[in-house]
Amino acid sequence: MKKHDSYWRILSTVYKKDCVLAFRQRSEIINPLLFFLIVITLFPLGIGPEPQLLARMAPGIIWVAALLSTMLGLDKMFREDFNDGSLEQLLLSPFPNTLIVFAKIAAHWTITGLPLIIMAPMFAMLLNLDSTAWNATILTLAIGTPLLSLIGAIGAALTVGLQKGGVLLSLLVLPLYIPVLIFATSAIDTSAMSLDYSGQLAILGAMLAVAIVSAPFAVSSALKVSVS
Amino acid sequence: MQFNSLSEFIAMGGYGFFVWLSYGSCLLILVGIFIASVTSHKSSLKQVEMQIEREQRIKKAKESSV
Amino acid sequence: MWKWLHPYAKTQKAYQLCNTFMPYFAVITIVCFAVGWVWGLAFAPADYQQKDSYRIIFIHVPSAIMSMGAYSSMAIAAFIAMVWQLRNAELAVIAIAPVGAAVTAIALITGAAWGKPMWGAWWVWDARLTSELILLFLYLGVIALYHSFEDKAAAGKASCILALVGVVNLPIIHFSVEWWNTLHQGATITKFDGSAIHPSMFWPLMINIVAFVGVIGWVTLIRLKNEIIQREKHRPWVRELVSGGKNAV
Repeated sequence: MKKHDSYWRILSTVYKKDCVLAFRQRSEIINPLLFFLIVITLFPLGIGPEPQLLARMAPGIIWVAALLSTMLGLDKMFREDFNDGSLEQLLLSPFPNTLIVFAKIAAHWTITGLPLIIMAPMFAMLLNLDSTAWNATILTLAIGTPLLSLIGAIGAALTVGLQKGGVLLSLLVLPLYIPVLIFATSAIDTSAMSLDYSGQLAILGAMLAVAIVSAPFAVSSALKVSVS
Repeated sequence: MQFNSLSEFIAMGGYGFFVWLSYGSCLLILVGIFIASVTSHKSSLKQVEMQIEREQRIKKAKESSV
Repeated sequence: MWKWLHPYAKTQKAYQLCNTFMPYFAVITIVCFAVGWVWGLAFAPADYQQKDSYRIIFIHVPSAIMSMGAYSSMAIAAFIAMVWQLRNAELAVIAIAPVGAAVTAIALITGAAWGKPMWGAWWVWDARLTSELILLFLYLGVIALYHSFEDKAAAGKASCILALVGVVNLPIIHFSVEWWNTLHQGATITKFDGSAIHPSMFWPLMINIVAFVGVIGWVTLIRLKNEIIQREKHRPWVRELVSGGKNAV
């Protein structure tokens, strides 16, 4: 019972610490959102303002923008803790590393993923997406963005020890994001045609379940390599 | 033999460019990576050899200065 | 039972083993490529539909198969390196990655060169071509990650983790791309739609597959030897090897 309590405490402590740090410097939360908004503004300017065309491309645009804006915060996920040495201390603590890693990933999702989900209907509206597809947009983002944080954490952990990790990080992580992109956009597409999209959601959910149980192990072993 | 003459063989029934492009690039890439691997192996052996020689020179210089 | 295997955990023994295997791979490679290419280019009958352009199959299909094969052997090596902490397996991961990337590049280039006359475009977002392209990205990721670390011991471990993450994702990526493709594009041209391939084309194809196995093995062994030397350059046996008999190389 006591052990269970302390596990819960370390989880919430790490999570709260990361969230509080991010809320203190608001730019960490606001910048990815602004980036997302700007990318979405650029697309109509680039491909033309026809509502039909925009609605056709909206799922892809929203999701590519979501991938890119989660990439922005990824590099920071472990970087500051690594630089000031607290990451090493956390890994040396008697608690399971996977737990600590999981808390950090959850915090990253809260900072970058959650605001996206809240703002999603607005972005969908900007791109003329049919209102029947709003639900699907929110649902796919709700299942998909934690997946992005989990997969991205592996890349972030591998590159945290490197000086110029940023570009390398996107090379490592973006190919792994492809299945998420495919199923999420297809779910939104299907729902815009008012068809049943539970199949795509189920696959996304399955990938999320696999990622939740396996990604923390990969991340913690990668962190051990980077820290040593 | 499917072809009657050399020019027919090179033309590949009109698809010569594509067939030879793929075979050529395949050969180029394979030979390229082979040569790159062999030369880098040779150069790392050379490096070790130079390192040994340098150490011996230093040793000799120390002995003669004493 | 596995005791005979233990000495090969030593880098010196592994280096010697590389030397023992190399001639066999060299012979397999040269003989099979010579036979396979001459047979495939000159003696195999032309396809009734694709005429002579189908001869690209004799390098496209083997390279595509072996690009996956090289990735799985890299992942197996990475698994061994992670579980049993064998340094040789770690070095093998680094040795295979560039070879696999080269074979994947061959598969992509030949695919494009075959696609132009058959589909009318150099590149189509066909499921197999797309997943092959993603495979190339995964290879490049492993190579880039290895080269950006200063500390090569950490670099090897990090590459192993990435290779394992990649191999878990590879089937997911492959099937998602296939599914995406059928959704967007309808049926694409499948190469041997149901009908079994004729023996006169099957045998040169098999020989070429063996040739690709040979060349991957051969070049990997050379690279592995290089990695061993680089990692162990301060060991006495390496010094002996260099200063002793140059014919031993």
